[in-house]
Amino acid sequence: MTVSIQLEVNGKPVQAEVEPRRLLVHFLREDLGLTGANIGCETSLCGACTVLVDGNAVKSCTMLAAQADGSAVTTIEGLAQNGELHPLQEGFWEKHGLQCGYCTPGMILSANYLLAQNPSPSDEEIREGLKGNICRCTGYHNIVEAVKYAAERMS
Amino acid sequence: MAGVLGTSIKRREDPALITGRGKYTDDLKVEGMAHAAIVRSPYAHARIRGIDASAAEALPGVLAVLTARDVAAAGIPGVVPVGWLLPDLKTPAHPMIAADTVRHVGDAVAVVVAEDRYIARDAADRVAVDYEPLDAVADVVAALEERAPAVHDEAPGNVAFDWEIGDREAVDAAFAQAASTVELDLRNNRLIPHAIEPRAVLASYDSSTGEMTIHMTSQNPHVHRLLMTLASLGMPEHKVRIVAPEVGGGVGSKIHHYADEAIVGLCSMKLDRPVKWTATRTETNLTDAHGRDHSTHCALALDADGRITGLKVETAAAMGAYLSTFAPAVPTYLYGTLMSGQYDIPAIHCHVIGVFTHTAPVDAYRGAGRPEATFVVERLMHLAGEATGLGPIEVRKRNFVPADAFPYQTQVALAYDSGNYGPAMDRALEMIGYDDVRGEQASRRSNGGRQIGIGFSSYIEACGLAPSAVVGSLGAQAGQWESADVRVHPTASVTVYTGSSSHGQGHETTFSQIVADRLGIAPEAVEVIHGDTDLVQFGMGTYGSRSAAVGGSAIARSVDKIIEKGKKIAAHLLEASAEDIEYEDGNFRVAGSPDRALGLGDVALQAYLAHNYPDDLEPGLSATSFYDPSNFTYPFGTHVCVVEVDTETGGIELLRYAAVDDVGNVINPMIVDGQLHGGLAQGIGQALWENAVYDDSGQLVTGSLMDYALPKIHNLIQFELDRTTTPCPHNPLGVKGVGEAGAIASPPAVVNAVVDALAPFGVTHIDMPLTPEKVWRAVNA
Repeated sequence: MTVSIQLEVNGKPVQAEVEPRRLLVHFLREDLGLTGANIGCETSLCGACTVLVDGNAVKSCTMLAAQADGSAVTTIEGLAQNGELHPLQEGFWEKHGLQCGYCTPGMILSANYLLAQNPSPSDEEIREGLKGNICRCTGYHNIVEAVKYAAERMS
Repeated sequence: MAGVLGTSIKRREDPALITGRGKYTDDLKVEGMAHAAIVRSPYAHARIRGIDASAAEALPGVLAVLTARDVAAAGIPGVVPVGWLLPDLKTPAHPMIAADTVRHVGDAVAVVVAEDRYIARDAADRVAVDYEPLDAVADVVAALEERAPAVHDEAPGNVAFDWEIGDREAVDAAFAQAASTVELDLRNNRLIPHAIEPRAVLASYDSSTGEMTIHMTSQNPHVHRLLMTLASLGMPEHKVRIVAPEVGGGVGSKIHHYADEAIVGLCSMKLDRPVKWTATRTETNLTDAHGRDHSTHCALALDADGRITGLKVETAAAMGAYLSTFAPAVPTYLYGTLMSGQYDIPAIHCHVIGVFTHTAPVDAYRGAGRPEATFVVERLMHLAGEATGLGPIEVRKRNFVPADAFPYQTQVALAYDSGNYGPAMDRALEMIGYDDVRGEQASRRSNGGRQIGIGFSSYIEACGLAPSAVVGSLGAQAGQWESADVRVHPTASVTVYTGSSSHGQGHETTFSQIVADRLGIAPEAVEVIHGDTDLVQFGMGTYGSRSAAVGGSAIARSVDKIIEKGKKIAAHLLEASAEDIEYEDGNFRVAGSPDRALGLGDVALQAYLAHNYPDDLEPGLSATSFYDPSNFTYPFGTHVCVVEVDTETGGIELLRYAAVDDVGNVINPMIVDGQLHGGLAQGIGQALWENAVYDDSGQLVTGSLMDYALPKIHNLIQFELDRTTTPCPHNPLGVKGVGEAGAIASPPAVVNAVVDALAPFGVTHIDMPLTPEKVWRAVNA
C-alpha cells in the first residue's frame, strides 16, 4: 500500500507514492537523493536529520513522508541561493564550526530557524536554541561563533 | 610559501560539507545494491540451540539469511582478530557470527539481506533464535570474583592478561619511608564513543574479477583491509579495495575491525552484488568498542618536603567479551607508561589485570589509556596538595620534571624528549585570575550557598604512535610508521597521497600547508588524497594524535627528497654544481648568482620531458617516504577548571575552563584549537554526564541517546585557550599532536574542581560522572 504525496522541496514541486511508514528522512535521502540530512540516532535526539518543514526546524527521522504532504521542505541543499552561500554556511566555514560535518546540515538548519525567531541572539540564547542538535567534534565553541557571525551578517 | 605554516587557513573540506554535497558511506547508492540487517543477541550470555529463518526467508524481497553455518561453509577464516599481543594473553576466538554461544548483548547471530532497508529490518525481526540464557557478568570487579560466570573457557577467572611495569620493591620501600601518603579507590567510567555518524559499510564484490570494493567508515583503511582479508574473509589483500569516503567522526571507534563489516563483505560475496549496512544508534552503542571502564586502587608516597617518592597503581581493566583490535595495549602500554605524568617520580609500579566481561569490547577511545592514567596521577596530586598543605599549585611545581632535565627517562619506560612545564602552569593561573577566584571562593564559603571550586590538571601525553621497533617489541602486530607519496606535476602543482585518513581533522588543509610551506608554493596548488587503499600506497591511519607528527613528517620527508632531486636537475640546466643550488620560495638558484635561477615549474617540466637531463637521473619528480619516528611525542599542559556547585541540589555549573597546551609547532591554529575544543567537550562529558551502564544481567541500559548523556551545547561554555611552544626535537616539523589532549586533561580538572568546592563538607572523591545525585549524597554523607 502506498499513499500519494505532493510537496515542495527546496522550491521545487515533488509528487510521489510512498509507503505510509516511510520516514521523511529516507524519502529525502533515498528517493530524492538529497543526502545532506544525515541520520545519527533515529530517536529525535541528535538532530543530524533536521530540515525545515514550513519554516519550522523538524527532525526528519521521526516524521513520516506522508505527514509532509502539502508542506514546503527545505534541506541543506536548498539553502544557498543563486550560488551564494547562506550567511550561516559562510559562518560555519569562516569560524571552523564543523569538523567531520555530519551534524552540520542539521545544525545549520536549526540555527536558521533560531535566527528567524531571534535575529540577534545572545550566546546563551544560541546555546538554548541549538540544544536539540548534538555535535561530537567541535565542543560547540565555534558553532556559537559561527551563528554569531551569521547573525551579524544578516542584520 | 612563506607565512603558510602557523596560519589559520579556512578548511578546503568545508564547502562540500556545508552544502550537503559531502558523501558519507550511507549516502552512496550503487546499481543493484541490497541492504543488510544484522540479527543480534538480546542476551549477554546464552547458548544458541537453533535458528529458524524460514519466516524471514519467506518475506518477499528477502535475498538471503546467513548464519555461522554459512561462514563455515564459505571456508573462510571467519574471525575478528586482536592486533596487539601481550605475554600470556588469552586470545579466545571471536567468530564473525556467533556459532553456539553469544557473549554480549548485540553479538551477531545472523544477517538478513533484502532488496530494501525496510524489508531487511522486517525480516531480521522474523528470524527466530532459540536461546538458552546463561549467567552473565558485566561488571569488571564482579567478573574477578571466585564464582563469576566464565566468559571464555580459555580464560580462567576471566583474566585476559596480568601485566605490570615498574619496580614494586622500590615502591614498597618508598611507602615504608614516606612522610605522608595519599590513596584513592576509583572507577573510571565506561564510555560509548558516539561518533555522530554510525558505522556503515557498502561492500561490492565482483565475481568476474574476484575483486571487492568496500566503502566504509574507517579511520585506517589499509589496516582494515589487512584484518578483513587476513582474518575474516580470507581474500587476497590485493583483491580488496577499501575506501573511506567522508567519515562522520571516529573518536577511536572507527579504528577497530568489527564483525559487522566482515559479515556484509561475506553477504556481497555470497550474493555477488553490492550490499549496504548502516548501524542504528542502538547497534553502535551495543557493538562499537567502548572506552575506559577501570577499577583502580592507587596511592602516592611523599617525603617531608612534599616531593613524591613513590606511586603504586592496581587496576582491573574491562576488555569486554572479546579482545578488540588494539584492546590489550590500551590499559597497559598506553596507561602504565604514563604514570609519571609531568613529575619526577623515583619509584613507580603499575599492575593491571585485563578482564573479560559479558559486554561490548573495550578498546581505544579518544585518549586511550592516557586519560585513565592522567586521572590517577592528577587526582592523587590534588589529594597530595591537601595532605601536605602545599596546595594544588606548589605540590605540582615542586615535583615537575625540571626544564633542564630533558630528555627525561621515566621509571615506566617512556623517555620524554622535551618539555617545560612551569610556564604552562603560570600562564593558566594568569588566565584564570587565580587569586580573584580564590577570593570569591573564600567569600562563598563564609556566606554559604553555591560553592566555587578550582581544579587543576597538569597532564602529559605520549602521542604520535610511534617507533615501529618499540611497539613491535611491546606486542603490536603492525608497524607504526606513516607513508606519503608526493608528486609534482609538470605544471608544478602537487598531489599528496597520504596513508593518514581524515575523519574530520582537516588533513587536506593542514597537509597542503606543510607542502606549500616547504615547497614555497600556494596551498591551493596542492591536492591531498587519502582514505583509499587503491590510490594510496600504504598507510597506518589516523589515531593516537599521530597524523601531523607521523603522517605530516612523512610528507615533509618526501618534499625534501623532491627538492634534492630538483637541485640536481636545476644544476644540470644551469650548468652549476648541485651543491651550489639553493631552493627558496619555489625557485632553484645558484648560490651567489641570484639571477641564475629556475622555478619549480621549469624544473618539473624538464623532469617529465627529460630532453635535456642528467644521465644518472630518472625522469619524473615524485617521492615516496615511509616515516618511522624515533620516539613518541610528548605534548603537555595545564588546565584549570572553575565550577559552581549547588550543595542543595548537587547540580554543577561550569564557570570557566582555561587550557594552556604545548603541542609543539602549530600548523593551523584554528584547526588545533578546534581539536582541543572537541577533546575538552568529551573529557568534560566523561566527568559530568557520560556513563555506559550495564545491569547485572548484562543488558545495556544506556543503549540510546535517551539514556546516554552526551554533552549538549547548553551544557558547555566557551573555552579559554592559550599555548606555549616547545617544538618536538625529533621530527622534521617539530609538531607533537593535539587530537586527544582535551580528553586526556579535562576529567581530573573537573573532578578536582568539584572536590575542591566541597572540601568544607569533607568530600575527597566522587566517581565520574558527577551526577547531581552523587554530588548531593557526597555533601550529605
